[in-house]
Amino acid sequence: MIALVDYGAGNLRSVQNALDTLGAQSVIASTPDGLMHADAIIFPGVGAAAPAMAALRARGLDRALRDAIRQGRPFLGICLGLQLLFDSSAEDGATCLGIFQGTVDRLATTEKLPHIGWNTLERVANHPVLAGLEREAMYFVHSYVGVPRDRQLVAAETTYGVTFVSAIAAGSMIAVQFHPERSGAAGMKLLNNFVQYARVQPPTLTLPRKGRGI
Amino acid sequence: MLLKRIIPCLDVAGGRVVKGTHFRQLRDQGDPVSMARTYSEQGADELVFLDIEAAPQQRSTLLDIVERTARQAFIPFTVGGGIREVDEIRVLLRAGADKVSIQTAAVQRQELITEGARLYGSQCIVVAIDAKQVTESDWRVYTHGGREATDLDAIGWAREAERRGAGEILLTSIDADGTQAGYDLALTQAVANAVQIPVIASGGAGHPRDLAAVLTEGRADAALAASIFHEGAFPISDTKRYLREHGIPVR
Repeated sequence: MIALVDYGAGNLRSVQNALDTLGAQSVIASTPDGLMHADAIIFPGVGAAAPAMAALRARGLDRALRDAIRQGRPFLGICLGLQLLFDSSAEDGATCLGIFQGTVDRLATTEKLPHIGWNTLERVANHPVLAGLEREAMYFVHSYVGVPRDRQLVAAETTYGVTFVSAIAAGSMIAVQFHPERSGAAGMKLLNNFVQYARVQPPTLTLPRKGRGI
Repeated sequence: MLLKRIIPCLDVAGGRVVKGTHFRQLRDQGDPVSMARTYSEQGADELVFLDIEAAPQQRSTLLDIVERTARQAFIPFTVGGGIREVDEIRVLLRAGADKVSIQTAAVQRQELITEGARLYGSQCIVVAIDAKQVTESDWRVYTHGGREATDLDAIGWAREAERRGAGEILLTSIDADGTQAGYDLALTQAVANAVQIPVIASGGAGHPRDLAAVLTEGRADAALAASIFHEGAFPISDTKRYLREHGIPVR
């Protein structure tokens, strides 16, 4: 069972729709308990960092996410769900989860912001979740980007006036700046790669499709 | 590299996709959800649904289309037509739309743009502008599906919409719409040069070369079209191949 982290900042439904199409079981989780029992975690999100962090802390999800990643639970962060993994965000000065050293900075480009639309993945790391996605186009909507201190984390880059980090990976954690759930066949391939990677077990009990938190 | 977007537009009335000329003479084109899925599979970069009746009593039909599309098409899609309140924006986004397009109500009550952008983010607020040429370099903004003239000029209104938080401009030339004789390149270029946000050009596509022209000379970030895709003359894949062969970066 894949848990989709619900903290009121997400496009959960589109991610869940995509997982349904892939035949992967998922559940919306808005409590630490909900994450603890998941085989894998998807951490989506859109919007600003400070209110998102406040919502995570209010629900005790900040600690639960740190624990899950440290335990090596298969984890996929999407968009804001990548940015929040770093120490802090320049967007609103928010202190983030601090799981990885680095900051979230405004994209230093001369092009229009937000960066909206389809853009390609470059220098894609040899990672099972990114298999077959070199030079594929993905859908981006953002103005800020994660800047990891440790370049070893970089799993893909993308160019929009400047080159920025469009995916990071470490252990069984991967996070992407784009929206695979909105990126057509290429995005579905990534999500399917993640489902396979997480080796999601069939559920042992039947849970309602739209669980707690909606 | 950021790619140019090709966007099929689905004008919806009575739960069906329709197409007319100069906003009139509607012809049935098919079921919106199956068309959305087909376009998504064929490589469309986004979809736009416009509820051209914009009647409140039809809203549940539209919501049903949005929910079913969100389950079947995994590309971004925008919904517009008769949206007047931020609460309607919330309902459409929750149903699975990625963006909403606002037009008449944005002209009548410009705070709707500001409020929508503050609550849900600029990225999901598309301001639609229907414009009609008055002189060589002046285009008038029309509302109510192209029936009512306003005292706004299209370039100034696009700037104001951006200042108020619009994330994109969906720009339709009333003169070109339905003619299949090409986009209004001068209008598109004038608006694209006036704002920093992406401009989606609409109205007049009859051949892939029209899309090529508006994405280069017209400086548009995206090209929206209906008939050339619906009627099968130029499928999305052929259109994109043409654009690629003419040096335009597409997916």
